[in-house]
Amino acid sequence: MSLMNTLLQATDLAAAYSKMGAAIGAGLAAIGAGMGIGKIGGSAMESIARQPESTGDIRANMIVAAALIEGAVFFAIVVCLLILFL
Amino acid sequence: MKMQSTENQCTSVGVRFGKFVFALFLTLFFNNVGIANDNHSSNTNSEDVEHHDAESHEASTHEHAESHETTTGFEPGKMIMEHIADAHDWHLWGEGDHSVSIPLPVILYTSEGLSVFSSSNFHHGHSPYNGFKLNHEGVVTWEDETKTDVIYDLSITKNVLALFIGSIFLIVLVIKMARHYAANTGKAPKGIYNLIEPLILFLRDDIARPTIGKKADNYMSLLLSIFFFIFTLNLFGLIPVFPGGANVTGNISVTMVLALVVFITVTISGNKYYWKHIFMPDVPVWMYVIIIPIEILGVVLKPFVLMLRLFANITAGHIIILGFFSLIFIFGNMNAGLGYAVSPLSVAFTLFMSVLELLVAFLQAFVFTLLSSIYIGMAVEEHHH
Repeated sequence: MSLMNTLLQATDLAAAYSKMGAAIGAGLAAIGAGMGIGKIGGSAMESIARQPESTGDIRANMIVAAALIEGAVFFAIVVCLLILFL
Repeated sequence: MKMQSTENQCTSVGVRFGKFVFALFLTLFFNNVGIANDNHSSNTNSEDVEHHDAESHEASTHEHAESHETTTGFEPGKMIMEHIADAHDWHLWGEGDHSVSIPLPVILYTSEGLSVFSSSNFHHGHSPYNGFKLNHEGVVTWEDETKTDVIYDLSITKNVLALFIGSIFLIVLVIKMARHYAANTGKAPKGIYNLIEPLILFLRDDIARPTIGKKADNYMSLLLSIFFFIFTLNLFGLIPVFPGGANVTGNISVTMVLALVVFITVTISGNKYYWKHIFMPDVPVWMYVIIIPIEILGVVLKPFVLMLRLFANITAGHIIILGFFSLIFIFGNMNAGLGYAVSPLSVAFTLFMSVLELLVAFLQAFVFTLLSSIYIGMAVEEHHH
């Protein structure tokens, strides 16, 4: 496709395109985080509704799972930061 | 509710929107029609165009250089990087010629011997000293750029000083606490020990003992040290004034050392079942080709992820808070009134983000400790088949 050819020849614009790619990557990573943590929050809400006396346990596990998912998301963010600043 | 017409009854709104966006995206690939026309017209009078191009290019770069010199506004990227990165002096307040900072000692070991001097001799990177100079990134290099000898930079930088301050604070606190508990056995704790004792018990009863099992008390000193070290340094990083304000846990070298400590602990205390699970797992032999590389990668990857998670969380939090602050100055540069108007909003956002960062400070310390204890637990697990 001619778009691909023009992109490949645009070496003087390569820096700009890479920054755009980094920005889009960071946005996609945020979408991934939102979806993952939203699922966890939703199921935590449902299980608290089913059994209110286990709220403390469920809350602790929900926060742990959210932190682990954020760890994966921050991988993507760090890669995008590396693109922008290296 | 109006019924959809029979043709698009089956396609919901979401699917139709998705198709529209996809069609828009596809049109990107058909710009060749427009682009080809431009090329064609410029090729016909190529010589004039080249001449014109060179001239206009020169003029535009000239203008660009001029505009660079005249914009003395606020550069948020530079300000944020200065606050996140390490430095050879501790900047307190002011900027430019009026900045007040604490100059820290520069300790360099080169092939010519040990040099120790104050970083104020560099005058913020403007003048070289003793054969060394400070380059743009704040790294000490040779003044004579052709020299390639290695400089071992052992300076006390801002992060090192903040590490010392945090460690001394923790050591004093814990030693006083130990003495108090030894002298008042059986009595209720007082003051700040009321905060620390539940944390220690929580770490022992809910993190170490369930994951490590019988040998949990052997590793308690390591886990407690890791937790309080990370928690204290995170909290110090959130305080804007001296002695806080240094982004220590957001420095990847610090988190790398912490992850290395966990890696060494896990490797040394791994019993034979741990190594057996890595090199001879309980799977059919033909799967060894797939499973063993993944397991070996996992040994190195788990501490690596620990390091990256802590670094990225803390650094990202600091960048967000600094970014919200820079909003005031960015708007202020456009129009002084706008700057004042944005201030309450920006301060409110910054306050909200700081409270979130308090939660993140505790949470990241907790998750680091929890995962370390899980890895140690996996290493010392007894065989129970």
